Amino acid sequence: MPSAKGETMLRVEGIDVFYGDVQVLWEVSFEVREGEILVLVGANGAGKSTTIKTISSLLTPSRGRILFQGQPVHTRRPFEVIDLGIAQVPEGRRLFPEMTVEENLLMGSLSPAAKPRRAESLEWVYELFPRVLERRKQAAGTLSGGEQQMVAIGRGLMARPKLLMFDEPSLGLSPLLTEHIFELVRKVNAEGLTVLLVEQNVHHTLAMCDRAYVLENGRIALTGSGDELMSNDHVREAYLGL
Amino acid sequence: MKSNRVALAALLGLIALPLVVREPYFQHLMIMVLLWVTIGTGWNLLAGYTGQVSFGAAAFFGVGAYTAGLLSFHLGVSAWWGLALGGVVAVLVGFPFGWIAFPLRGAYFALGSLALGEVMRQLATIWESFTQGMMGVLIMPTFLSKLPYYYIALALAAGSVLVVRLVLGSRLGYYFISIREDQDAAMSIGINTTKYKMISLSLHAFLTGTAGALYMNYMGFIDPHVVFSLHDISIMAILVGIVGGVGTVYGPAVGAFIMVALQEVFRSAGFGALEALSKAIGGGFMAGLTKYVSQAHVLAFGILVVVVIMVLPNGLVGDWRKVSRLFKRAS
Repeated sequence: MPSAKGETMLRVEGIDVFYGDVQVLWEVSFEVREGEILVLVGANGAGKSTTIKTISSLLTPSRGRILFQGQPVHTRRPFEVIDLGIAQVPEGRRLFPEMTVEENLLMGSLSPAAKPRRAESLEWVYELFPRVLERRKQAAGTLSGGEQQMVAIGRGLMARPKLLMFDEPSLGLSPLLTEHIFELVRKVNAEGLTVLLVEQNVHHTLAMCDRAYVLENGRIALTGSGDELMSNDHVREAYLGL
Repeated sequence: MKSNRVALAALLGLIALPLVVREPYFQHLMIMVLLWVTIGTGWNLLAGYTGQVSFGAAAFFGVGAYTAGLLSFHLGVSAWWGLALGGVVAVLVGFPFGWIAFPLRGAYFALGSLALGEVMRQLATIWESFTQGMMGVLIMPTFLSKLPYYYIALALAAGSVLVVRLVLGSRLGYYFISIREDQDAAMSIGINTTKYKMISLSLHAFLTGTAGALYMNYMGFIDPHVVFSLHDISIMAILVGIVGGVGTVYGPAVGAFIMVALQEVFRSAGFGALEALSKAIGGGFMAGLTKYVSQAHVLAFGILVVVVIMVLPNGLVGDWRKVSRLFKRAS
């Protein structure tokens, strides 16, 4: 049942997150709307990956809550989050290096919702990324960084998620490949998936997103459309070096 | 497949072996080899395929052995019941352990499993009213001939290898390997990692516990130091895996042959060759050397592991291509 574009899909409400005694996120709130590309930008250590990990339930907020289409996410166990329709392309790809590309992809379709559509999903991924098709019998660990990133995105798509979260997909890639990966993110969005993108690469991501939040020292500092933030003095000075 | 044919030929050879080799001494060694195939294969499932390196094989081996022994000692039922129950009781010990230790990762899990083995050994030592403590448990072996034990051990060893093959061919195998390769990624694609680690641990515990129960039946005597031994059981299980090849189906089987043979060469000081030599030459030096060599097997194991890790990091089976190239060059 497709809801209208613009309706809130994921709502993060005032979460505080700690690593042991160290507080990393302070009352972080934001929302991701159906069909959009939402970007969370920030410097190293601002809490971007922590936010993703908390949505994946790998970390539990000590305060606040996270709702996905009205259902609580933060009370679920990590492996159950995917059943809601949230998949992620983790930081550093995190493929299973000794499995083949195709095995990696198939591992993405374990959830009960995704399993019956496995063959169809595989075809879809190969269609989106012909390069992955060429490499499908190869061990994932032997691929180049860009190819691994494609497999990681493909593995996320195999779960047939409604929301796909990208954690620093440009990490360790050349500027040219970075451009290419962002192109793929747009392509995935055009396929009807809602995208939550976490990035340090502020310039590129602000240009491609619908809306963005700026995370500074574990707090949401600014929010607005990509264009608005691009012309914001603080953003220009602190992130774009203008 | 070639490996299938080799395995089948090996199995047929092992079935025929005791009919050809009638020397009880060698039959005994072969029974020990087969027990180690079982233990090493079970360890490999947990450590090699699921990535949870365990120093706790002795805990499950000992629990299996004591289950068989105490059933017979306290209740007077045949210790053969232990063969059915030893594995089950080992799994029951594994559950609370897994529940406590699986939140730990890597070296911390390994340390937890090390503690389990020691806890069980202390328990068996101190709880004298139940376990006889250091006096150990003595039962009367059922058979005088070694043949029944040999074939049961062979069935157990072949069965354990078969279990690993079946697991690897099923989705379970993929879950295990994904946990080994990247636990967080496995979780994020929807795998209940704790559950599957528990299944892997249970298989390890069951196989090792059953081997322990067979050991009790075969040897007729156990005490805490023998069956809960850190270096003779837990570390031996790791060595069998490393030498043969961690994360390979047949690696532990190959490793078991080598480790038992090596242990025996040292224990018997070159099958008595050194002793004969020292008698022939006379003098205290050779006699002293003989004594040292027979005590030096732990040192030899250490050296062997260092060499294997340096030359064949994937073990004999994992690096078989390298090994066969060495042979070719030599011939």
